[in-house]
Amino acid sequence: MTECPRPQGWAPMDSPGYGSTARRHATHAPIAIPHTLTETSAPRFLPGAYPASADMSVHGGHASMGERIIVGGRVLDEDGRPVRGAMLEIWQANAAGRYHHIRDQHDAPLDPHFAGTARVFADDDGSWQITTIRPGAYPWGNHPKAWRPMHIHFGLMGHGFAQRLVTQMYFPGDPLLPLDPVFNAIPDAAARELLVAKFDLDHAVENWALGYRFDIVLRGRGATPMEDGHAH
Amino acid sequence: MHTSPSQTAGPYWHLIDQPEWADLLRDQQGHAPLTLTGRITDGDGMPCGDAMVEMWQAGPDGAYGNGFHGFGRCATDADGVFRFTTTRPGPVPGPGNSLQAPHVTLSIFARGLMHHVTTRAYFEAEPLNDADPILALVPQTRRHTMLARQTAPGVWTLDIRLQGAGETVFLDI
Ligand SMILES: [Fe+2]
Repeated sequence: MTECPRPQGWAPMDSPGYGSTARRHATHAPIAIPHTLTETSAPRFLPGAYPASADMSVHGGHASMGERIIVGGRVLDEDGRPVRGAMLEIWQANAAGRYHHIRDQHDAPLDPHFAGTARVFADDDGSWQITTIRPGAYPWGNHPKAWRPMHIHFGLMGHGFAQRLVTQMYFPGDPLLPLDPVFNAIPDAAARELLVAKFDLDHAVENWALGYRFDIVLRGRGATPMEDGHAH
Repeated sequence: MHTSPSQTAGPYWHLIDQPEWADLLRDQQGHAPLTLTGRITDGDGMPCGDAMVEMWQAGPDGAYGNGFHGFGRCATDADGVFRFTTTRPGPVPGPGNSLQAPHVTLSIFARGLMHHVTTRAYFEAEPLNDADPILALVPQTRRHTMLARQTAPGVWTLDIRLQGAGETVFLDI
């Protein structure tokens, strides 16, 4: 590994266990630049123009198939401060492990009452919450009997373009987790653990849904100001 | 505090796609339109047909988010081509008293990318390029990978090579 993954603790772009990285990873190390206005500014997404939709468990007026769950947490920066107003874009497979996507041809049923997308915003405390269906695992052809663990995709827009993050949330106790090359490409166990939601009865609603907690930590707003002439 | 690691956007990110976001002028008036397009290829020269491309730029006044939204998102097509409709950004203040040449930040997310890669599109023949503090950090021999060329009136093209010969310069931001 010649490059220093960005930021430290992230998966290397060249991760041999994950076949698709082979011809898509850059062979040159990225060039560190100081954070300028370009990197410390970010587009503003306000719920007025970009409406929130927090409930994936109902679609077209009908309840989706599967186990309803509530997932919530906080968006923080690496100094522990809430990232107010951060936009979370969320997508996932249905309970049977199939995406409502034309290119997903997995032989599992589509649910006409599950679209699998949500958009929510972090409040002043950095908190957000969605209601959804526990996604199923699905095969992906990376190696024999390769199935992705249950996961939910998250995209976050914070306060600076350098804070942009796309990641995945996993479920505790999933037997596929130790086998997954995408998850395990993250070299650091503590960093991997950040992507595993916590089973959390505080998010559960009596006779309605169990709950999970998923906190997300973004880089600082001006993560690497160029004061000493080189960024980290 | 650890930051949450990135994971690939995968091949099904289109579920969150809003195709109209590729047109930054959709709710703007009075801006001269500019098309920013390019083809993304992998180390075999094969098109990246499942990528999500995001862009961020200043308005013509060189300010971010000052009336001009500046953010766009676009899916690549089967040929690996992305296409934004926008307007030419103005020069942006840089570190110290420097001035950055007009540029558009481009981030690419895709299956096989553990985290997104980021570069900038500058405009070929822009006089301010010579003094740009970020271009100055890029080896001369690779700078051309960040220079969009005018390929038709109002159309600027910057192809992106993720790996191999002519590999695009990516920035660690
Ligand atoms: Fe997925």
